[in-house]
Amino acid sequence: MSTTTPTESKELAPVSAESLAALLIAKERPPRPSALSASLTFGWRAILKIKHVPEQLFDVTAFPIMMVLMYTYLFGGALAGSPSEYIQFLLPGILVMSVVMITMYTGVSVNTDIEKGVFDRFRSLPIWRPSTMVGYLLGDALRYTIASVVMLTVGLILGYRPDGGIVGVLAGIALLVVFSFAFSWIWTMFGLMLRTEKSVMGVSMMVIFPLTFLSNVFVDPKTMPGWLQAFVNNSPITHLASAVRELMAGDWPTAEIAWSLGWSALFVLVFGPITMRLYNRK
Amino acid sequence: MSGQTSGLAIETAGLVKTFGETRAVDGVDLSVPTGTVYGVLGPNGAGKTTTVKMLATLLRPDGGEAHVFGHDVVREADEVRSRVSLTGQYASVDEDLTGTENLVLLGRLLGHDKKAARRRGELLLEAFGLTEAAGKQVKHYSGGMRRRIDIAASILNTPDLLFLDEPTTGLDPRSRNQVWDIVRAVVAQGTTVLLTTQYLDEADQLASRIAVIDRGKVIAEGTKGELKASVGAGSVHLRLRDAAQRPQAEEVLRLALDADVQREPDPVALTARVGGGAANGQGAAEQAARALAELARGGIVVDNFSLGQPSLDEVFLALTGHDTRTQAPQDTQGDDTERHGTKDEAAA
Repeated sequence: MSTTTPTESKELAPVSAESLAALLIAKERPPRPSALSASLTFGWRAILKIKHVPEQLFDVTAFPIMMVLMYTYLFGGALAGSPSEYIQFLLPGILVMSVVMITMYTGVSVNTDIEKGVFDRFRSLPIWRPSTMVGYLLGDALRYTIASVVMLTVGLILGYRPDGGIVGVLAGIALLVVFSFAFSWIWTMFGLMLRTEKSVMGVSMMVIFPLTFLSNVFVDPKTMPGWLQAFVNNSPITHLASAVRELMAGDWPTAEIAWSLGWSALFVLVFGPITMRLYNRK
Repeated sequence: MSGQTSGLAIETAGLVKTFGETRAVDGVDLSVPTGTVYGVLGPNGAGKTTTVKMLATLLRPDGGEAHVFGHDVVREADEVRSRVSLTGQYASVDEDLTGTENLVLLGRLLGHDKKAARRRGELLLEAFGLTEAAGKQVKHYSGGMRRRIDIAASILNTPDLLFLDEPTTGLDPRSRNQVWDIVRAVVAQGTTVLLTTQYLDEADQLASRIAVIDRGKVIAEGTKGELKASVGAGSVHLRLRDAAQRPQAEEVLRLALDADVQREPDPVALTARVGGGAANGQGAAEQAARALAELARGGIVVDNFSLGQPSLDEVFLALTGHDTRTQAPQDTQGDDTERHGTKDEAAA
């Protein structure tokens, strides 16, 4: 800012009272936007932010690549005989794990953004109240899609060959993005509830690590102790990972898809209203 | 338009907001006529921002009632929202976006289609002299430019009521004058403006009625003339050559000005209010000149003399008997709950 201030004082043109008056005289107000239109506008805001600060895509590009490479070569030989064997099993799972992990940045960005004055303006607008948050998550859905594409590309290079073809892969990604959108409402809640960015990050880690690791992403749960199997087999991440894995393999796992969508609906129904309650109180 | 028949843009009765133990707003009654600039004057932490936030539907009152153009701010929040705009103490635009993007974003949220939003945004940027900066991110704008884009964003749809929360805090005098010009242009087109400020001269320049607010309560309300009559139109500050003459000078001033004379910490300085009481803000300069003549006749040497508007401190002293600084502890407490306030004060 220090560089712009001195030049600005001589450049800054005067305010034109006449053109201002001409603008103010127009009193007509268009009808308020629909819920969808307002949400999409906020989604556009999220995309503009990515455009201005492309570095924020680091977490959806470098991080997923690292995850695929790391786990494929770390566990591949021991668990499946070779990395290229293992990646057939691992890729859909690691895709689910990475994207679900990336969702936690939502909470951090909501937490830092909500403190800014612009939110007071948003909240004083006559629009559908949740559209601000929905817009956020729509922008994030784009990030999840980018992360998925990046990981799939790396997977294909490493030898992953999905039997489900393009349709199966796209269906898998679509399910994952829908689930992540729904899951993110947990983070918008924490983002609004907790006072600092650090505490949001801390809580997110506490939730996300057990939830993603205690699943069938890396290994078949059959080798786990009974009490752990009970948890793992009922974890939403396990259902989602199975659904995505089978979709990409060319099957149609109705039950697992239903479980994943059911959990998604539950997340939105529980954490959506809590988020909005916190948002209205902020 | 039902509210306009009653002629009041804002009407509050016993408005209360508490943050924990602190009563940030403690029974505020306001009546703001339409089509005017109404000034809310008070120090940091007096409850100005909290009041504005309740009126702009951002905070729920804990007690009392508030109506904007006849609509209840809690029960009919959406009605209120469609008629008001808010320019907060801090930039209420997205700093990561450019000027154009901000205006198009808000235009779209107000229901304009893309083309109309873009057109209106362009015209506003032009009227505000920001065309050159249109493609720059707002975070690179200077303080004066931020204020402009902020106000531009508030009048994308001409609002019936515009809240300006300390619009010139932290601006240099030139930018401040420009903001004042904008406020005058806005109110000239029929928009009601509620302006909060810490500066008496700002309220004096713009507002037709002023409420002075302190510790969450309105302690004085009226037209500028009425307020000045109670406070005094100005203050005379003088510095004597010889500190030993101060008691004598004090006596001369008291008689000549018919007002209380204060000793400043500086042993040669004195301050007195002029133009108060029956004078009703008139003839301050003449009174001061007479007092100077009296001092000269008494052989008292005056090194330095100035006649100025009373400062906010003096207004407060006159109205409350305590100065603005004694508020400090309450300030910190209130702002802990209002997280925006803390940041802003740190910046200021």
